[in-house]
Amino acid sequence: MDATPTKELATLGKSVMIKGELSGSEDLYIDGQVEGTIDLKNFSLTVGPNGKVKANINAKAIVILGKVDGSLTASDRLDLRKSAIVTGDVTTQRIAIEEGAFLKGKVDIQKGSST
Amino acid sequence: MASVTNNLMKFFRSSSNQPDPAAPPQKLSRRSSGIGEIARVLNSQEGLCVLDVGATSATNIRFFTGHGHKNYSEDLLRASLDPELRTQDAAGNAISDSKKFLNENLVYPNGQFDIVLCWNLPDYMEESLVKPTIDRLWSVMKPGGLLLAFFHTRDAGPDSTCFRYHVNGTDVLEMQEVKFALPGRPSTEKQSPRLQRVFNNRHIENLFRDFASIKFFLARDNIREVLVVR
Repeated sequence: MDATPTKELATLGKSVMIKGELSGSEDLYIDGQVEGTIDLKNFSLTVGPNGKVKANINAKAIVILGKVDGSLTASDRLDLRKSAIVTGDVTTQRIAIEEGAFLKGKVDIQKGSST
Repeated sequence: MASVTNNLMKFFRSSSNQPDPAAPPQKLSRRSSGIGEIARVLNSQEGLCVLDVGATSATNIRFFTGHGHKNYSEDLLRASLDPELRTQDAAGNAISDSKKFLNENLVYPNGQFDIVLCWNLPDYMEESLVKPTIDRLWSVMKPGGLLLAFFHTRDAGPDSTCFRYHVNGTDVLEMQEVKFALPGRPSTEKQSPRLQRVFNNRHIENLFRDFASIKFFLARDNIREVLVVR
């Protein structure tokens, strides 16, 4: 599946570096570097293959192709692609992990209300 | 970077005659008495704390969490290949720094885990890391906790496949070949880890000498399964 941005969503390109609190009400694609916290509540976050994120992340759906260091909370689903390197605890309802993905941390699958 | 890569090459099998690296690894299966015993515990109890130190498996995460257990995943073989761990011993031999490795991995409170799935980690991990890693696992396990490990027998060759294991709650394991990208090489150039040594029974008993008991199961595929009680 192609994970590059194709529909309307905010994009942080690979030359972008952000430190601080990042929140929003639209889908976000990060291919740069972010340090801090990311809160997208009902929207999805994709960390692209060049993305390097050091942050606790809260979103509806999270797709990782790059490197993430921090705890991840996905109210719907977490998708770790084969190039993903994730260090941190994970809380989600559904999880998909491609062969080759690296995950170091606690995994908590929460059985919430089905959508 | 080239010298680090050369140092790490001894942990990988030759890439000649390898199948297409882009092809997804085929799933095989094997019967396992050891996982059969672990599965009985997992199926009959809830809320156990399970540490899986093999290659990350979504199947295992779904199985453990689906049965009400807490799952911790940590791919120690891959972590052990970090080039930043490379150092030299007093004789000038290249080794991995076990102190640095354990500062960054297996960092849990003492007595946290009921079950540890070690799989074939000791056979593929560098010598200097094996005993310190098993000692740390002893510390983070609860008294009475179970650890499952697989060891190749003498008949296994150095090119014995390193597998990722998938648990399904029975005594049958699904397996997929594990391949890693070497540091400094394109991610498409993946190679399989190389068997580092073969432990005999006495070596294995020494490795787990601090544990309360040890049980051996000899399988047909040149694998000795070891179920250890903390």
